[in-house]
This record gives sequence, C-alpha cells and structure tokens, in this order.
Amino acid sequence: MDFISILSVFVLACFVGYYVVWSVTPALHTPLMAVTNAISSVIIVGALIASAAAGEATAKWLGLLAVVLASVNIFGGFAVTERMLAMYKKKERPAAAKK
Amino acid sequence: MHEAAPINPWVALAYLVAGICFILALRGLSSPTTSRRGNRLGMIGMGIAIVTTLVTHVPMETVGLVLEGPSGMVAAIGPVFARIDIVAIFEILAAIALGAVIGLTIARRIAMTAMPQLVAAFHSLVGLAAVLVGCAAYLNPGAFGIAVDGIIFPVSRIEMGLGVAIGAITFSGSVIAFAKLNGNMSGKPILLPGRHILNLGTLAAILGLVAYFTQDQAPWIFWTITVLSFVIGFLLIIPIGGADMPVVVSMLNSYSGWAAAAMGFTLGNSAMIITGALVGSSGAILSYIMCSAMNRSFLSVIAGGFGADDSGGASGGGEKIDRPWKRGSAEDAAFLMSQAEQVIIVPGYGMAVAQAQHVLREMADKLKAEGVTVKYAIHPVAGRMPGHMNVLLAEANVPYDEVFELEDINSEFSQTDVAFVIGANDVTNPAAKTDKTSPIYGMPILDVASAKTVLFCKRSMGGVGYAGVDNEVFYQDNTMMLLADAKKMVEDIVKSLD
Repeated sequence: MDFISILSVFVLACFVGYYVVWSVTPALHTPLMAVTNAISSVIIVGALIASAAAGEATAKWLGLLAVVLASVNIFGGFAVTERMLAMYKKKERPAAAKK
Repeated sequence: MHEAAPINPWVALAYLVAGICFILALRGLSSPTTSRRGNRLGMIGMGIAIVTTLVTHVPMETVGLVLEGPSGMVAAIGPVFARIDIVAIFEILAAIALGAVIGLTIARRIAMTAMPQLVAAFHSLVGLAAVLVGCAAYLNPGAFGIAVDGIIFPVSRIEMGLGVAIGAITFSGSVIAFAKLNGNMSGKPILLPGRHILNLGTLAAILGLVAYFTQDQAPWIFWTITVLSFVIGFLLIIPIGGADMPVVVSMLNSYSGWAAAAMGFTLGNSAMIITGALVGSSGAILSYIMCSAMNRSFLSVIAGGFGADDSGGASGGGEKIDRPWKRGSAEDAAFLMSQAEQVIIVPGYGMAVAQAQHVLREMADKLKAEGVTVKYAIHPVAGRMPGHMNVLLAEANVPYDEVFELEDINSEFSQTDVAFVIGANDVTNPAAKTDKTSPIYGMPILDVASAKTVLFCKRSMGGVGYAGVDNEVFYQDNTMMLLADAKKMVEDIVKSLD
C-alpha cells in the first residue's frame, strides 16, 4: 500500500474510533481500557515478522521477546476483560438472592 | 513497501477483517449485555491477525552447500533452495505459549482492586514490544520490506523513529504509573527543578533527531532517539500525583495505540493501523472525560504538581479543628438508613483501599429487605482509573442498573433521605461550586449536601482530600461523620441492621 492509502485508512479509523468510543457506557470504561490494551498488542504482527525472518540474529531474538510480551498482553488482556465483563449483572427481578 | 512482493489481496482482506473485529469489540462495550460478545470478537480478530501473519511469513531456511565468507557474507556453492524452518516455527509457538501462560495466570489471579496497576503494567508491555519491533525493523529492514540494499526508505524511517519513541515513552511512563499505583513509589508528585524546560528540550531533541534520521540512518541517531524517549517517559510521569492517575493511565493507553499505529504504517498493515487509531482515540477520549470531570485542562494535568503544595492543606487543617461537627456511630447510621425511603451510596477511592465493596453490598441488601431504595452514584474520577468503582461494585455483585453516573443521579439527592459517602471526598465538596479560589473550583460534584442527611464515612477528621482542601459538607448540620476504617464501619452497620 502506498503512503496515501495507509494514511486514509488511519484517518478514517480515527473517526470510527471517536464515534465508537463515545458510545461506550462509562460503567464499562475499565473493561474498555483492558480490551484496548489487549487489541493494541496486534503489534505482535510486527514481532512475528521479525522473528520469522532469516538473517539478522539479534533482530530475530528481539522479535521473539516482543512476541512473548505481546502474547502476555493478548491472553492476559482478553482474559481479564472477560473476567470483568462476567461480573456485570442486571438486577434479578424475582428477588431470590435476598433473605 | 515498494519492493516487497506484491501483496496478496486475501492477506490484505484478512487483516481488514481483523480490524473490523476490533471495531466491533469496542462497539460491544456500549452495553453490558453485548459486551462479552464484543470481547469474543476481539479475540477472533486477534486470532485472524496472528494466523495470517504466521501463514504469510513462514520462516524459511536456505539449504545447500553454504560457506560463510570471512566478512560474514554468505557465499553459497551448489544448488541452494529454501525449506520451512521447523526450529524457527517451534521457537515462535513456544514464545506465544510462554506469553499465554504468564498472561492467563496473571488475569486469573489479579484482585479487582489491583486493576489500575495491572492495566498500567500491560501498557508498559505494549510499549516495550513496540520498541523491540522497531529495533528489529531497524536491524533487519529487509524482512519488513522497508529497504532496498539496506537503505531504509525515508518515510519508513520517520514512522520507525516515531514508533520507537512513542513505544519507549509508553513503556517508561507506564512503569512509573505502575509503581505509583502499586505503592512501590509514593503517589506524591516529584518535582524536579526546571522540569518543564528539561522535558520540552528532550522532546524537541527527539523530534529533531527523528527528522535528521531521514537524512542519515546512522545507528547512533536511532539509539539516541530510543534512549531519550525512555528518559522522557519517566520524566513526564514522575511529577503527576496519585489521584491524577486516571488521566495518566488513559493517556498511556492512548500512546500504546499510537505506537501500534506507527508500526502499522511501517508495515503497511491495515489491522495494526485500524487498531492503533481505535486505541489511540479511545485513550484520548477517556483522558478528555477525566480532565473535564475535574475541570482541569489536559496540559495542567500533564504539567503535574497538583496536590504537591502542602501549605494550603495544612493551613486549612489548622482552622478546621475549631469548627463544630457531629460524630455518629454505626448504630445511628443503621437507624437513619433503615428509616429512609431512599439511600444513595457515593463510593470513592477509600472504598477500594479498604476493600469495602462486598460488605457495602451486604448492607445494601439488608436495607433493600427493609424496603429502602438503594442507588449508587459514581463520579467519573472516583478511584484511580476510568470506571474503577463500577468494576468493584460489579465484583461485589451490585446489579449495574442500580449504579448511576453523576449527571443521571445528581438531581435526585435533594429528594433523598440519606447520602452515604464512603471513601470519597473532593468529588462531594461544594467549594467546587461556590469558592472561586479553591483549586477544585468548577469541577462537577455529586450534590450530596442537598440530601436530608449525609453520612460521611472517613478514617479521621485530620486528612483532607487529594486537592488538599477542606470539605464544607463535614460541618453541615445534617452531616454525621462516621470516623473509622470504611470496611469496619460498614461491617458494624450491617451488624446493627440485624
């Protein structure tokens, strides 16, 4: 892709991000941070390319280290978001939990 | 970009699908009912991105009679062909598995009250990963298709330089934020003399070097950019105090996105660019929400030093001792609340510190059993990160439809019998509305003072809030101070309600 097409994707995505994030309910702002953190680990794509490339050994090891760090984030981030979201419950109308 | 093999349209499409999954993941968070589906979509998107990359970048090794020349050049004799490098694939999968084990273990074990630290720690990992990828791209630009004969394209140099710089700032900034939130470091602002000039100078140097990097791709420039960026990340966060952390955490969230976007530019990868833009705007919007909830400009928060000035707080502390205030017991509180029609609970950071959320919900259950309507009011900056209180209440099984945001509940305080403030202070201070000289003037507050009775649960009368200002509510006729540890006090109230 040439620079201008990449830039177009980027600018449009910023607008999408702007509107999508404003629609997030404030009660879910912490899960929002956790999940954005998980998806920003898409940087693992770059790490994988670096560690798959032949040639420069240092670059490969830096890439592998980055793969580990990004994986911690991906798995940890999504799992912790899942854990948080599972806690958000609506009021049970037939009052069962109360004595 | 230019000399790289023509991009397979299916690959580009796969990355686009991954990007769309990420958009839908955030979209799902517009309501708790759709949020889990959103999170799953996020995972699917990540899976697509990883598998696509692995499939298109299978590690290859050259086989044949290979002789290594004296200068490290590889001179091959005889037929040379490429085959899949099994060892390299194994190494990559092992790296992913290692990360997965660590990540899942942390996610399972972490206490909900420690969520702000965890998020800061995760941000630092994204930052560091971005730096490492940038370094790898610099050392082996051919693998990323951004160079011809070792000469990196100028536009890629800018992207790479900015990516590494933002990544490094995210890393060191998040490490400091983590240390402050986790208590490894005092939450008090650390003010260096001449810090503004120092910071601006360092930033200017980084930008200047990135510009110069386009002319000369010498290693010293690249490494100086990296090191200076680590330093500036550190310098930027140390002067910011503990309660401004919601802004800092959001800001670093934003940076981690921009770092990913910059790397996406380098690689011409739409999934990374879309994600980077999403995360970047998300963090920016959260920072904006936090700043406007404190009526402070982003710049004043970033400049730091708020709450560092002890003199104001101390003199306020001197005069307030003489003022009359009422002290209540757990029994009084229990009686008042059980007679009430409606009770609004206002939680703050103190509730998180005391881990009082579970017993608080127990108290609310008891009150509801007596026919009292119980609601929760959350100020946007309560706690140490956006939505901190909501997560803690959710953890304690408080239904989310009993929890209200400031603008939705503020008008109800005047028709409420009891406002129960637990571990919050500045966000209830009427000085924000009346006292133009107050440092919190203009900040939207929860209008607890207009409730018929205010029960203010606080550890002691001595301490002032983060802003270091006295709270007029303490001395109102309709206020009863409950001086004890939040958890202990609520436990006693629960006992008295029996």
